Amino acid sequence: MAATVTPANVEELERQWTLPDRGTIGIILLMITETSLFTIFVVAYLVYIGRSLTGPYPKDVLEVPIVASICLLSSSATIVIAENALKRNQLGRFKLWWLITILLGLEFLTATGLEWYHLIYKEGLTISTNLFGTTYYSLVGLHASHVVVGLFFLLLVMLVTLMGFPIQHQERRVKFLSWYWHFVDAIWIVVFTVVYIIGR
Amino acid sequence: MATIEQPLPVRPATIREEFSWSEVLYKWVATVDHKRLGLMYVVSALVFLVIAGIMASIIRLQLAVPNNHVVGPDTYNRLFTMHGTTMVFFVGMPMVAGFSNYLVPLMIGARDMAFPRLNAFGFWIFLFGGILLYFSYIGGSGLTGAGSAPDVGWFAYAPLTEKPFSQGASTDYWILGIFTAGIGSIASAVNVIATAISMRCPGMTLSRMPVFVWVMVIDSWLILLAVPPLTAAQIMLAYDRYLGANFFNTQAGGSAVLWQHFFWIFGHPEVYILIFPAFAILSEVIPVFSRKPLFGRPAMVAAVIAIGFISLGVWAHHMFAVGLTAWSNTFFAASTMMVGIPTGIKIFNWTATMFGGKLRLDTPMLYCCGFLLQFLVAGLTGIMLAVSPFDWQLHDSYFVIAHFHFTLIGGLVFGLMAGMYYWFPKVSGRMYNERLGKLSFWSFVIGFNTTFLPQHFLGFLGMPRRIYTYPTGRGWEGLNMLSSIGVIFQIAAVAMFAWNVVYSAIKGKRAGDDPWDGWTLEWATSSPPPEYNFEKIPVVRSGRPLWDLKHPQDPDWKFGQ
Repeated sequence: MAATVTPANVEELERQWTLPDRGTIGIILLMITETSLFTIFVVAYLVYIGRSLTGPYPKDVLEVPIVASICLLSSSATIVIAENALKRNQLGRFKLWWLITILLGLEFLTATGLEWYHLIYKEGLTISTNLFGTTYYSLVGLHASHVVVGLFFLLLVMLVTLMGFPIQHQERRVKFLSWYWHFVDAIWIVVFTVVYIIGR
Repeated sequence: MATIEQPLPVRPATIREEFSWSEVLYKWVATVDHKRLGLMYVVSALVFLVIAGIMASIIRLQLAVPNNHVVGPDTYNRLFTMHGTTMVFFVGMPMVAGFSNYLVPLMIGARDMAFPRLNAFGFWIFLFGGILLYFSYIGGSGLTGAGSAPDVGWFAYAPLTEKPFSQGASTDYWILGIFTAGIGSIASAVNVIATAISMRCPGMTLSRMPVFVWVMVIDSWLILLAVPPLTAAQIMLAYDRYLGANFFNTQAGGSAVLWQHFFWIFGHPEVYILIFPAFAILSEVIPVFSRKPLFGRPAMVAAVIAIGFISLGVWAHHMFAVGLTAWSNTFFAASTMMVGIPTGIKIFNWTATMFGGKLRLDTPMLYCCGFLLQFLVAGLTGIMLAVSPFDWQLHDSYFVIAHFHFTLIGGLVFGLMAGMYYWFPKVSGRMYNERLGKLSFWSFVIGFNTTFLPQHFLGFLGMPRRIYTYPTGRGWEGLNMLSSIGVIFQIAAVAMFAWNVVYSAIKGKRAGDDPWDGWTLEWATSSPPPEYNFEKIPVVRSGRPLWDLKHPQDPDWKFGQ
């Protein structure tokens, strides 16, 4: 194969030489290493299902957060709409759908907050109550912290766009942020399955 | 092509400033240049190596004779904890990052890493982690006044590290210091992979990429997959200690074994993460000093990939004595023995590269030869320990100590030494003193084997690890004394190495761009390389671009290499 490359086409080789974008590789690697982190927390959750010595138990206190989950998962769709609008340079449309994405994310976070409030003050379940509390708060909390990070960057993009920064030139970075957001959503599907379906 | 013959552009006299320390400091602190960061990684690793080496010397001084009282049991616990933790996380890991940072962009014909600022972040967060760990000696007593440095062993088994059993803040320094350094390792791993994928110069296909770069990329994959489990386990332990969570709290139904699983899911790939740089270095040094291309190059890369895969599924061989089921013991014994196959391929191929070659036994090559023999011993004792009934006899004995010091010193440190001597002329632009280099090699070989060969037999004689002293009459006295005497030669070797590096960097004779007649791209630029590495980005047509350049009538690409 290499033997066919003769000195004559070296310049051509140089011109044709393209490699994957480093940012794309970077964000994919970040997701892979984050997956490894989540895996351990998920494994800990699965190992400790049904091992709590005292209550409250998941089947007594956990409500399935259907509305919040729908909100978070649909925000994956709205961010794609926003991204496509940005690609076509429709800034108004981009701002609208970006805002909707943020609101959906905020709704999810609020629902988690309310759920925790209910569990802590009404049901008396904290991280130190039993193994369920320990694994529940750490797994859901780890995911929620990723939602917080995502929301921070979503808000940052919103803010600079509203301040007139030409966000259409940062399409690549917006794309990476959207990938991260999809990743957080995908993790939620796993967490949801483990905590609210298998663990209940 | 890539050779830079003309001198670097001289800075115009108008902006030429007086030499000032603050400027030098600023240059190093604010740098995002991969070569400076790589050097800082290696230098800080060497500083930590000396610190942890001093701890090891105190340990050997304590164990030289029975009923010794150089240090007490509490201090001894801190010594072996800090020695192990430092050697793994603050010597081995920064060496991985340092070598890959310095060499990967040069070898693939790039001007810098893919993410230079992330690179700088990774270095400083790693250094911060190291300082945090050592700050425990000053600030670790906490409010309850129990202990100073961590004393829980480098694997910090929970529930022993839970609050009731490890009072004070020393264990928290262990958690935080390594957590922080782990973030740096991940940053550097992301960088190495992205660099190798996205920054290769024209013509540098994956099949032409130097084996060094290949191995470092696979190493970085292991870091990405294996470090987060430790981070996760440390977060859990911190929750337990600070928020009263129950992950490892047996009183609340928590498992006493879970931490061991999580730790070794990290810990076993970790030992391959540590040894891979040595594999990478040998794969560059041996061909150049045998004047032959690497034997079975694709098999070498495939073997490293295989080792990487297998290493993710062998962790419980550290836990044979815990009391797992017979089936899991069998599984992990079998998977562990499988590591021997690709490792055997590697040893065979390095030897085959030397076979029939025109050997030049300079210091780097001597260290490679030392590696091959000593790492073989380490591999054989590894296979022995993989047999779980054998492990039940020798678990936590000095046999295990001897085994992993043969991998990590006889293997890793010898490989790193080969690498440091080999690339010293490139990094400093000057040649080291060959006679002193050889002297320090022989001193190191004698010292290392005197220290660690007898420890195999101490293990057979039943001496457990981590005891601060031992009574007379067990037959351990002579071997322990011998083991401690070896340390003197090792200290002498390291001192000679340090002197050689410092003196030669200032007074050594000029090395030129390509003192070894090498074949990879780093030898195509000046020594030391300019900030931009290559004046013109090179174009390559084979795995040995400099061979092609030096032998235009007989280039590799004509033969499909």
